[in-house]
Amino acid sequence: MFGASALNIRNRKVEGLFRVLFMLMTGLLILPVVIILAILTWKGGSVVDLNFLFTNPTEGMTSGGIFPALVGTIWLVSVALLFSVPLGVAAAIYLSEYARDTWFTRIINLAIINLAGVPSIVHALFGVGAFVLFFRFGTSILAASLTLGIMTLPVVIVSTRESLQAVPMAFREACWNMGATKWQTIRKIVLPNSISGILTGIILEVSRTAGETAPVMFTGAAFFLPKLPQSIFDQTMAMSLHLFVIATQVPGVPENLSYGVAFVLIAMVLTMNSLSIAFRVYLRGRKKW
Amino acid sequence: MAQADRTSAPSSRDGDDRRNLAWFIDKAVQVLVFIAGISAIVFIIGIFVFITKEGVGFILKSDYALNESVFDLLEEQKMPEAQLEAITVLEGKKFSTPQDLLKAVEKIIGVEAARPYREILVEKSHDQPFNAKSFFTSPKWAPTSEIKPVYGTLALMVGTASVTGFAMLIAIPFSLGAAIYIGEFVTGRKREFLKILVELLAAIPSVVWGFVGLSLINPLIIKLFHVPIGLNILNAGVILGLMAAPIMTTIAEDALKAVPDRYREAAEAMGATRWQVIFKVVVPAARHGLVAAVLLGVGRSFGETMAVLMATGHSINLPTSIFDSVRAMTATIAAELGEAAVGSDHYQALFTLGIFLFLITFTINLTADLILRGVRKE
Repeated sequence: MFGASALNIRNRKVEGLFRVLFMLMTGLLILPVVIILAILTWKGGSVVDLNFLFTNPTEGMTSGGIFPALVGTIWLVSVALLFSVPLGVAAAIYLSEYARDTWFTRIINLAIINLAGVPSIVHALFGVGAFVLFFRFGTSILAASLTLGIMTLPVVIVSTRESLQAVPMAFREACWNMGATKWQTIRKIVLPNSISGILTGIILEVSRTAGETAPVMFTGAAFFLPKLPQSIFDQTMAMSLHLFVIATQVPGVPENLSYGVAFVLIAMVLTMNSLSIAFRVYLRGRKKW
Repeated sequence: MAQADRTSAPSSRDGDDRRNLAWFIDKAVQVLVFIAGISAIVFIIGIFVFITKEGVGFILKSDYALNESVFDLLEEQKMPEAQLEAITVLEGKKFSTPQDLLKAVEKIIGVEAARPYREILVEKSHDQPFNAKSFFTSPKWAPTSEIKPVYGTLALMVGTASVTGFAMLIAIPFSLGAAIYIGEFVTGRKREFLKILVELLAAIPSVVWGFVGLSLINPLIIKLFHVPIGLNILNAGVILGLMAAPIMTTIAEDALKAVPDRYREAAEAMGATRWQVIFKVVVPAARHGLVAAVLLGVGRSFGETMAVLMATGHSINLPTSIFDSVRAMTATIAAELGEAAVGSDHYQALFTLGIFLFLITFTINLTADLILRGVRKE
């Protein structure tokens, strides 16, 4: 009596239609990327072996491996993390534990959003103007890493703030009532209870930092350097820039070499991301409150 | 309870001074995290100050030079041929004040001979490298020209706009559709899986996207459309669309999720079908968040650098079809900063372009933030 009216059947048809339409849209968004990743893996995966990872590029970068670029990226990411993790975690502690909802806090939030939204090439210009020229670091790992660190700072701040805020208020109140100071509470209660969430954010930052190209182009990454950097004041090669260079700047690079570099880069980034996501899912399942 | 979060005032009642080591450490930490907290503001201001410092000289700089128009005027004033010949050695040379220029001329042809032309030399020799009108309206970007460098960004702006516009044509409908599908139609494990997949897609570095445009989509376009070159608006647009879509999907899905379930339940209780609930209730209620998602997607593709550098073809061009190569503002900086000498006009012009990019993205982000905050207040 209720189910079979003409209107109802039409409605159900329309709904089914929309469902399929939206499913198609989602599929069309995801599928090409999956295909692209599959091609990159197929063409690049065959080139990559231990020899490729651990030898220098030879014959004007048209053959050989990617060792200096790999080491360079590790340098850049490590120094960037040394700078941005303490700063970002401290900023998140301020925003989550100390700041009240005032206009000033809102300005800080706006600055964080903008730091994440400013084009990467503008960060590069800033790195050149501030670190390379003004502070006289020259084109060095230090200048490039500081630029990268500032650019990815919002990733650390936002994820850390979220995991700090996930610690229930009652935990803090219980601690305060025992006579603990605010910092004692944060150190003994809030941070231990959110450390895994913070780590998730840091892994995410590693993956962002490793893939960035524009900010390191003029601040510290070189097109080609056969030797490894010795200190943070040296220039270095970087995976991301290396891909750009051999794909566009050097004539006669065999295609599979570029695919190999692209594959290593993407494997690095996606592994880090998957790790971070897996960690998050695991934590969510384990949470007791 | 009220003093739970107050550690400052020592209790006067029992005369117990709480200012022990823990108290001082607590205060010190408070100061330290505050400094870290404002670091984001410091960096944003720093970015603006430093790119302005490097670029503003170009906007404000005044040069004085014997350019063509000055020679024309001198000729009109009947300057003798021999003297004209003599001062051509100064052509193109830049002076910081008109008096310096006059002195240089007087040195060559003599003070007396230069007197009748004094006015022209002082007043008409103004030659500014930056010209606001041509900066925004000239399609000619030729910063390394030997004769006269031109800094017109119109073609670059059109390049950025056309690629971003094309990307949005793809990304907006598809990512909103995907957000609705993920947020409203699927549940449980399938939903988690799709969300994680979308998140992973957002992580692919832009240089890899550029490489994909160069080596996969380029030959595909040449083959499918029989055009001579596949590095064009279509290529970069597709790539930017695929890049921006995951971010837009995530934010849009968050906006849909923020609509309270009681809205949906109330509509369903009135006999509305699923798609009626979505289109008449959920989407209108989430419209601000959806607009913000679109804006942030626009901001993202607008500022994208490596992918557009590699996939647009990088030729200065006012496009007439999607198969034309263009050049984007961001890509111009990335391609030319390495070869511009520090402090030169060219170098400063690139920083001026950077100021322009910064201001535009700042405005887009600010607008998105204001819209989102409006939602939270409601």
